[in-house]
Amino acid sequence: MERKTTRAALLGWTVLVVLFLWTPLAIIAVYAFNSSNIQVWPIPGWTLHWFRVAWRDPDVRSSLWLSVNVGLRATGISLLLGTMAAFAIHRFRFFGRESISFLLLLPIALPGIITGMALNSFYVFTGISFSIWTIVIGHATFCIVVVYNNVLARLRRTQTSLVEASMDLGADGWQTFRFVVWPVLSTALVAGGLLAFALSFDEVIVTTFTAGAQTTLPIFILDNLKQGQQLPIVNVVAFAVILLTIVPVAISVRLTRDTGVLRRGAATVTAAESVEITTV
Amino acid sequence: MRRIRRGHVLIALFTAALCVPAAGVGSGTATGSLPTKIGKGEGSLNLIEWPAYADKSFANKFVQQTGCKIHRKDAGSSNQMVALMRTGGGGGGGQYDLVSASGDASLRLILGGDVQPVNINLIPSWKKFVSVFKSPAHNTVKGVHYGVSVQWGPNTLIYNTKRVKPAPTSWAALYSSKYKGKITVPNNPIQIADAALYLMKSKPSLGITDPYELNKSQFDAAVSLLKQQKKLLKRYWNYAADEITSIANGDVTIGATWPYQTLALQAKHVPVKEIIPREGATGWADTWMLAKKAPHPNCAYLWMKYVTTPQVEAKQAIVFGETPVNPKACPFMNKIQAGSCAKYHLNQPLSYYNRIHFWKTPVPDCGNGKKDCMDYNAWQKAWAQITG
Amino acid sequence: MAVDARRAGSPLAGARHRLSSAFWRRPWLKAALLLTPPLAAFVLVYLAALVSLFVSSFWSVDAFTGKLIHQWTLQNFHDLLHSNGTYLRIAGRTIGIAAAVTITDAVLAFPLAYFMARLAGRRVRALLFVLVLLPLWSSYLVRIYAWQTILSHNGALNWSLNKIGLPDANLAYTNWAMWIVFSYVWLPFMIIPVFAAVERIPDSFIEASGDLGARGRRTFRSVVLPLALPGVVAGSIFTFSLTLGDFITPLLVGGNSSSFIGNVVEDFIGINGNIPFSAAFATVPVIVMAAYLLIARKLGAFEAL
Repeated sequence: MERKTTRAALLGWTVLVVLFLWTPLAIIAVYAFNSSNIQVWPIPGWTLHWFRVAWRDPDVRSSLWLSVNVGLRATGISLLLGTMAAFAIHRFRFFGRESISFLLLLPIALPGIITGMALNSFYVFTGISFSIWTIVIGHATFCIVVVYNNVLARLRRTQTSLVEASMDLGADGWQTFRFVVWPVLSTALVAGGLLAFALSFDEVIVTTFTAGAQTTLPIFILDNLKQGQQLPIVNVVAFAVILLTIVPVAISVRLTRDTGVLRRGAATVTAAESVEITTV
Repeated sequence: MRRIRRGHVLIALFTAALCVPAAGVGSGTATGSLPTKIGKGEGSLNLIEWPAYADKSFANKFVQQTGCKIHRKDAGSSNQMVALMRTGGGGGGGQYDLVSASGDASLRLILGGDVQPVNINLIPSWKKFVSVFKSPAHNTVKGVHYGVSVQWGPNTLIYNTKRVKPAPTSWAALYSSKYKGKITVPNNPIQIADAALYLMKSKPSLGITDPYELNKSQFDAAVSLLKQQKKLLKRYWNYAADEITSIANGDVTIGATWPYQTLALQAKHVPVKEIIPREGATGWADTWMLAKKAPHPNCAYLWMKYVTTPQVEAKQAIVFGETPVNPKACPFMNKIQAGSCAKYHLNQPLSYYNRIHFWKTPVPDCGNGKKDCMDYNAWQKAWAQITG
Repeated sequence: MAVDARRAGSPLAGARHRLSSAFWRRPWLKAALLLTPPLAAFVLVYLAALVSLFVSSFWSVDAFTGKLIHQWTLQNFHDLLHSNGTYLRIAGRTIGIAAAVTITDAVLAFPLAYFMARLAGRRVRALLFVLVLLPLWSSYLVRIYAWQTILSHNGALNWSLNKIGLPDANLAYTNWAMWIVFSYVWLPFMIIPVFAAVERIPDSFIEASGDLGARGRRTFRSVVLPLALPGVVAGSIFTFSLTLGDFITPLLVGGNSSSFIGNVVEDFIGINGNIPFSAAFATVPVIVMAAYLLIARKLGAFEAL
């Protein structure tokens, strides 16, 4: 439909933007092998030294473990609460529905520093001491919204007649959920959950306000950026995380393409809406 | 879609009560009685420290001897240390035991009730300290010690020997347009004192005697000097590593720094040199302070006792790039690195220390009967306007 | 998927049926049960925190001890508006750069999203998806730090420019550097909603437009752009809000006049625990975003989320 030159131009633009996105990542990979701990260019030499140091460093392990821990908890909470909220908003009309769906957007629309500050002063006022749970709550605020949006988008694309048809065939609420609703939702939950985990894993601004003596991976990286004795370790860690997440992300992109009951019928629509919602 | 009755929704919605607690942040001013001896270690120690203040090269022995496993929280700035101590309701929030606070933070912690008095009789090395660090104004209030001095260092002038010629001798280099766009200074309100120090010598008519006690006209002069300096700066540095990168990458060729950065750059063969200019310098002196809600006070005391002994002071000084408060460390420093005792000015007479104006939090009390000096709030607000 | 007749007779199935019918007859009960936990969590924690933050902007702190003084005062707002216009300047700078970043990302993202949605084959599209999503997984901090060294005086950018005979770019520690870094970091957040919006445009619309005699550019202007606009606005919510609240990028790549609202907020909390003043300044991004959200809703962005 489009002219050949337009296609070529668009392809060229796409390639340039992808290069723009990936060049700094390539440079991070190069610096992971930097033999000096000061980041200059070009790098003076190549070494695997920092990989060894990072592997052995107990702080790297504990902060990595804490980030995974927090991510899993926040994702779990958000999967539950986000789905419930999406169902309620989608299925029922009630007074205040518009306002509530507006309110539920706030955690991602308002800058993270506000969420962080608000929660921080809230914890201080109520005397809650900082722990892994204060971090989890902070992350859950925006993770819930991510899952909520994903599930809601999927529900909007689902024909409601399916549920009624299932009831007509004699299934009760639970069976309808199990056999009709769940298969439609499951990939939306996988994509939403994965995205929520990604956001929690890399979150630093809210975490600086809601963490006590706990160090998540981003806080560990920030500390290292400040003191700089072992700077290449952060490049090693970032490089390793990219490598490790290629597979899960590829799987999730693949997964969200095969699904059943959609109005449009285009399988690629799922891929789009299931990764629509993002924030920090 | 099903219609829901409004009343039921309202009930569901307002089951959650919104209440803004009226209770303020807890204070707690009771000092309690000081311990008379150090008890058994609790097995754990949580520190808020400048990086390498509990470096494994000298801390491992402590862990072996006392069984107190050390958990470090590295801070990049004094403000961060204060903020960390104030989390969880203050007093370290029951999470932290010790904080290595510099003079621009220590008084804030004392008056904020976040630290508790320390019995210096339990720290044998204290008696040997250089006299100015035994009971300095920044950690001793009305004779009550709120911590133990540990190390100190000057705020120096660093310059790239290849790009800055001739070698500077005065702080004026940081205020002159000769190096426009290549200068950096720390992003810290206490920098106003550095400007005041320069004005002390360059504009004696202002009558500044103490760079931390400034009345309005002296303060305004310092602020206006800094506002002019801002146009000459490449950037303000926030963290030591930041400054190291900027200088190493050639974005900055001259600036205010700590010996920590100079050492790090020289170790990587970047051609830099640091000096204490002829006007003198401000300096920072760090104190290990005990959090009010410290969960492991015995381990904390054991640490304070350990880290002030001569050998450990020497090791820490060389690792970080600072000067011990215990002069007995001198021979140990020379053993690790020949000539280091003199290089770090440990063997200087008392007159030397009087040239260094150590950080302290500005208060309205000018000390000469007048009470119209600018307080830290004013410094902080002015600094935000300078850098904003 | 047929109902298991054998199981229908068991007592558990009976109880399930009764519960299910109870829900069918009283739909509000289901709604309440579904809605109360997330809402309670949300209201109790998040909204309460926001309200207490807002309330504290009318209080003050003791200059020295950092303790809160619970006395109603408008001093914080007064200081914000005066103080030689410093805070107004900072707010203006923050909003200005946020707007610039949003526009830049929209321009960068649109052709790519269009290509992905309409021109790319299935495999290429999946590959592009992965290529766009993966940067989100790499640490945001490390990416910013990489840019700091790329843009620095002896960094990769100047090195490359010098190699092809061009002079130094002198971008380090300037507001230009911040603009580049922000545009870079938030780009995936703009690409994804725009892609989703463009993809939803049915082919039949484009064909119909062609049938009616419109050429490529006209079709684009009159059909594609209006339909894709909600996606762009949805993406802009993220780029705008994320830039508005950021303080780390100014710290790492900013120069001598790069303070953002977030920096002031963070400084005042750290320096003196001056939460009231920070809270007062923090109302600026809240008001800006609230207004932005209302406009976005009018433009249909919420459906495109």
